[in-house]
Amino acid sequence: MEAIKTEKLTKYYGKSRGIIDLNLTVDEGEFFGFIGPNGAGKSTTIRTLLGLIKKSSGSGRILGMDIEKEKEKILSCVGYLPSEAMFYRGMRVRDILKLSADLRKTDCRGEAVRLCERLELDTSKKVEELSFGNRKKVGIVCALQHEPQLLILDEPTSGLDPLMQREFFAILRERNKKGTTVFLSSHVLSEIQRNCTRAAIIREGSLIACDSVEALAQTNAKRVTVHGEVELSGLTGIRNLKKGEDGVSFLYSGDINALLAVLSKSNVKDLAIAEPDLEEIFMHYYTDGGEEK
Amino acid sequence: MTIWKHELREGKISLLIWAFAIGFLMATCILIYPEMAKQMGEISKVFSLMGSFSAAFGMDRINFGEFLGFFGVECGNVLGLGGAFYAALLGSSILAKEEKEHTAEFLLTHPKSRMSITGEKLFAVLTQIVILNVVVIGISAISIVMIGEKPDMKTLTLLFFAYFLLQIETAAICFGISAFLRSGGIGIGLGLAAIFYFLNIIANLTEKAEFLKYITPFGYTEGADIIAEKALNGGYLAVGAMLTVLGIGIAFYQYNRKDIA
Repeated sequence: MEAIKTEKLTKYYGKSRGIIDLNLTVDEGEFFGFIGPNGAGKSTTIRTLLGLIKKSSGSGRILGMDIEKEKEKILSCVGYLPSEAMFYRGMRVRDILKLSADLRKTDCRGEAVRLCERLELDTSKKVEELSFGNRKKVGIVCALQHEPQLLILDEPTSGLDPLMQREFFAILRERNKKGTTVFLSSHVLSEIQRNCTRAAIIREGSLIACDSVEALAQTNAKRVTVHGEVELSGLTGIRNLKKGEDGVSFLYSGDINALLAVLSKSNVKDLAIAEPDLEEIFMHYYTDGGEEK
Repeated sequence: MTIWKHELREGKISLLIWAFAIGFLMATCILIYPEMAKQMGEISKVFSLMGSFSAAFGMDRINFGEFLGFFGVECGNVLGLGGAFYAALLGSSILAKEEKEHTAEFLLTHPKSRMSITGEKLFAVLTQIVILNVVVIGISAISIVMIGEKPDMKTLTLLFFAYFLLQIETAAICFGISAFLRSGGIGIGLGLAAIFYFLNIIANLTEKAEFLKYITPFGYTEGADIIAEKALNGGYLAVGAMLTVLGIGIAFYQYNRKDIA
């Protein structure tokens, strides 16, 4: 069964675009990354799936259930961490955690205590006294304490220090090993690359790629760095050309023999041909058709 | 009933402040009555002869020399206006505050339907209004006993019942409006309560504007009418009941289909 499946899911806010014809499939048990620049429609997708906003057209199912007709059932199986977690002023952390559990009609105090210990969260503090990062931790415990089948996390690491981020991902991996599906929305690519098995890229409301993280990172382009004097004017397939003091660096997706022919005629002091890092690939997806120079 | 309980906890301090503030003002009004009654002979005449000013507060049709006449005007204004403001505050904020304080995302991603959330919140509004009235009526009753008055119980009950209905109606209308809002509900709610109050005053001033009594819930809380008729005006009540049901219905309909920011 798919944990998340959308078909032509579309959301317009009046006339302005939210998401358009989104076809997304996340299998159960996956650790799935959802990547895109700000305003691409990541949060809109998540909020539509969770019923906070109404879709304009298309359909969506979570764990086999319809996102509109079976919303409450879905919500009882899902843990959601909003990108900006806000809570009721004047309440203490433990009261918030208790309220969340009560709203789910469950008692998960044991798990709450374990999570708070691992995340070093002081449950006697009032929520308005908390820093952004600590408020985020409250959101994390609320999303995880009832041990949901599916975790939907919207930019979960913003505000967390590196040690906490590591602990947080350790918890997520443990959960994932036990069978929990993790859907992680982020624009921090290293986070996705390190943790996710598959990922989808969204830009301007549309899905532009969806594949395993390795496949996404693997394009036929190579990052070529040359030190020395080279004349590249005859070559096609050069992108992202950077001129340094004593050489050039560029992404090359043309014929390798043509490149070698050019290089063999040049005075090359040093040469490196490597896979481009993920960041570069995503920059390519992000910007219009990858036409940045 | 988790949300109901949560709302009562959230609203506790506000409720206590309003209930005891209104109760205190009511007690003050009641406790100064014996002092005033001594000089009532002249004062009553003066009050009833102030032309439109008397008419505006129904003082031309009421005997200020009697306890209930005095109570209907003085306490009517305190509990009528205070209660309406509290009800408006409560009704207009209970739905909209979730989006204003950005807690809607937290609340609405729990397995609760929007219908049941709206229902529990409405129930919390009603509960708090009932508690307010219990406190205010309790303090008033003690004060009345303290000054040794024995007013006609039926009329007194009708007066309190009318104010209670006024609060319910105001809260219900504000509840309906606030389902559309993300912020600023409180200003609109308080403004609406004030407008209702002044509509009744205008209706008292000129017969041409008497139809306004149908619109404003203050129409059926008019002390002068209740004391004279020993009954509430069925026509005003019927329109009030319609507006109440309409406000609540709109709130459920709109909050259920709303995109949450």
